[in-house]
Amino acid sequence: MTDIQITSPVSAPRIGESAPRPDGVPKVTGAFTFSSDLWHNNMLWGGTLRSPHPSANIKSIDISGALAINGVSAVLTHTDVPGSLLYGLEHADQPVLAADVVRYEGESVAIVAADHPETVRRALAAIVVDYQVTVPLVDPEAAEAAEPIHPDGNLIRRLRLRHGDQNIQGEIQVEGTYEVGMQDQAFLGPESGLALPSEDGGVELFVSTQWLHSDRDQVAVCLGLPPEKVRFTLSGVGGAFGAREDLSLHAHLCLLALHTGRPVKMVYSREESFHGHVHRHPARMWYRHHADTEGNLLRVEARLILDGGAYASSSGAVISNATCFAAGPYLIPSADIDGSVVRTNNPPCGAMRGFGAVQTCIGHEAQMDKLAAALGMDPVELRLKNVLKSGDKLLTGQIITGTAPVAEVIKSCVEHPSTLVQSDDMMSLPGGAGRTADPQHIVRGQAMAVGFKNLLFSEGFDDYSSAICHLVDGVATITCACAEVGQGFVTLAQQITREVLGVEEVILAPAATATVGSAGSTSASRQTWMSGGAIQKACEAVRQQLLERVAAEHQVDLDDLVLADGQIVSLAGNFSLSLAAATTEPLEADIEYHHAPTYPVDENGQGNAHVSFAFAAHRAVVDVDPDLGLVKVVELTTSQDVGRLLNPLQAIGQLEGGTSQGVGLAIMEEVLVTDGHIRNASFTDYLIPTALDMPPVEIAAFIEQPEPGAPFGAKGIGEPPSISSTAAVVAALRDATKLELPRVPVRPTDIVQLESDAS
Amino acid sequence: MTTNHYTLKVNGKEHQVADAWTGESLLWVLRERLGLPGAKNACEEGECGSCSVRIDNEVVCGCLVLAATAVDCEITTIEGLAPEGELADVQEAFIEAGAVQCGFCTPGLLVTIDKLLETNNQPDDLTVREAISGNLCRCTGYGRILEAVNLAATKRREATS
Ligand code: FES
Ligand code: FES
Repeated sequence: MTDIQITSPVSAPRIGESAPRPDGVPKVTGAFTFSSDLWHNNMLWGGTLRSPHPSANIKSIDISGALAINGVSAVLTHTDVPGSLLYGLEHADQPVLAADVVRYEGESVAIVAADHPETVRRALAAIVVDYQVTVPLVDPEAAEAAEPIHPDGNLIRRLRLRHGDQNIQGEIQVEGTYEVGMQDQAFLGPESGLALPSEDGGVELFVSTQWLHSDRDQVAVCLGLPPEKVRFTLSGVGGAFGAREDLSLHAHLCLLALHTGRPVKMVYSREESFHGHVHRHPARMWYRHHADTEGNLLRVEARLILDGGAYASSSGAVISNATCFAAGPYLIPSADIDGSVVRTNNPPCGAMRGFGAVQTCIGHEAQMDKLAAALGMDPVELRLKNVLKSGDKLLTGQIITGTAPVAEVIKSCVEHPSTLVQSDDMMSLPGGAGRTADPQHIVRGQAMAVGFKNLLFSEGFDDYSSAICHLVDGVATITCACAEVGQGFVTLAQQITREVLGVEEVILAPAATATVGSAGSTSASRQTWMSGGAIQKACEAVRQQLLERVAAEHQVDLDDLVLADGQIVSLAGNFSLSLAAATTEPLEADIEYHHAPTYPVDENGQGNAHVSFAFAAHRAVVDVDPDLGLVKVVELTTSQDVGRLLNPLQAIGQLEGGTSQGVGLAIMEEVLVTDGHIRNASFTDYLIPTALDMPPVEIAAFIEQPEPGAPFGAKGIGEPPSISSTAAVVAALRDATKLELPRVPVRPTDIVQLESDAS
Repeated sequence: MTTNHYTLKVNGKEHQVADAWTGESLLWVLRERLGLPGAKNACEEGECGSCSVRIDNEVVCGCLVLAATAVDCEITTIEGLAPEGELADVQEAFIEAGAVQCGFCTPGLLVTIDKLLETNNQPDDLTVREAISGNLCRCTGYGRILEAVNLAATKRREATS
């Protein structure tokens, strides 16, 4: 069970090489244990009763019928939560189990443990909840002024960013209002886990998550247990993309295991998963751009409203990002950006790849194209004229001290030759297998977009990662609680260890709260930098200890020793020693690695809030069938600022995968919510790109300009691909159709200009 | 619940299924009763292909088949794709091409691709895309997967020529 002991392949590649994944073999043979594969003798199955109403008062809950069913071991409600009833990532505002009120459809009300999933289903159906249904608050624009739906009020956070001279006006002004629908992370591995009661009265949880220690701390408070008695171990994670940053079934599983004294397993169904995790925030954005007649950007005004849904989650940080990155990677002397995120009875929203920068990229890039049209200027030329570079000031007043190769990213992307081959196969036209297109009517469009985002946690957050390096008999064991969610941390951890210590074999110990300190979250493109940095520092400390020991034993100068390729060599002492021979006595270092401090922004949104930034550009070519409004993305090209390329193969995979999620948001992905109800909680109705929807993704360039302060100069690469890709596809659709298309995802009814009932 | 005893032949081995509720899917029985969790449970409604297995040589969604109806059939799962301790060409190609990220879609894709290459070892790009369009992958954007199919197809042609 959860045996994630991984040994390296013999070829032992280091930094900069395309190292294969150490978990590759178990993943292709089916031997890898995902959290839904966990199993224990004598285990029970858990399930959750969820509110069918987006807004209601709970008058009573009757569990007697459920308890009477043969095979049912426990039925628990809010009265069975021994500690705090509330949890939350930034603020504890969300009930573990609803007590007197439910605030969104799918909110957890009761939990059950029984001998078979079918018994669980019947028990859940037998719980009688008397709801007094109330009118849900579903319009984010109305939320601030509306009756509070939560004791903390409806405004989760408002940020007013004012930068530079507020009286500047441009001779050329363009305005636009844009809307972005709710996207789902749609990871494939459903929420799942196994909880085991432990002998000391505590509990052990094997679970898929992005941040073990944060989960553990939140759950311990709810269980009323000291954190040491609550032990969380990472189990195989089937994708995350932000949706596993918040708790889902964690506290429920622990409660059931503690209550029944037996192991309990829970696996969400796909429908339940749509209700059980946070989504990408829907956004409404108004923009006005000011420029002079030469095309120099002078001022940007914007008003952003994000719908946070019923609970805060990470909404506060998302709106901060959206506001700070609202105008894109351009040098703009004056700005007035007003960003709010509000509470409604819609599904809760939180972290998703791109974290606030995705929505605003759709807005600022549409505006740049509009401005180019108003100026009669080439859109690429307009961008290049205004791009940020190192030493420039952001809208927050912060000066970019790191690398900012925005112009390089744009140029390499747009200058990359197209490899598009014209295909007359009906399958490759819009409508695909339906063969509905009339080839004569198909119109093609092409456009580009650029975006950027902060790496690492911002605004003064105490962001760190911990790692332990243990070296014995020439074999290094790394312990780090970093969640591997598919992104490839396990590969990189080995590469870094080999690079620093020159060892062949690197074992990765399981990620667990009991054995090592926090690694922070696998999000914000931060793990390569943070956990990579922690491992680098831990290995360097061990290397230093080792060299000091050898120097003392052999009475040579420390400076005279070189460690390379598994050998410690002394030129003056005229000896060489294998690493294995030198480490029969073990060495160990336990490191906590922090990045440079950041600071909260002031009342004008000004301050050094971020550490570093990464930039990406996409060029999209699309074909459109104007008769049916169907779309086929035929080519995507991208360039990205990566600082330094640590594993080319893995980087390509991140760029292709992130880009496909951007294509999804552009043309097909939307959680449809009507009056607070999700209408498409299934893979039948929530569409993610298939192999037939995705075009080839051409990588024009990895721009390598090592970032000062980053381990090996590498920037995180996970998020930028999902930022500019959506904006580029939508811009290409505008080019093809000559329509405004202010709403994302673009629906067939938008292209054929029919009234849609989907909004 | 009506329960039943039956025997399933999986990867060439007979497995007794005792006291099983007859409403259980093949996917559930493989994963939870027979200790073969290689086929994955991403949607359990026939939309994602993570649960792809072979029944008598046809690739099916294990989540849509009642286990009790697969009695007397040859069932092959990812665990039976290659002999114990070895890797099939498609499995090797997935590793080599970087087609594995989280890996949740991987077993289902491998079963589908293995079948595709068995019938056509020189598929063009569109044929491959269509063949795997019933297997969702959220992580890779499919680029490395298509690359892996090319690699495996080449290997298979070389092996048979
Ligand atoms: S789990 Fe069977 S198709 Fe998705
Ligand atoms: S690798 Fe994660 S779903 Fe395909």
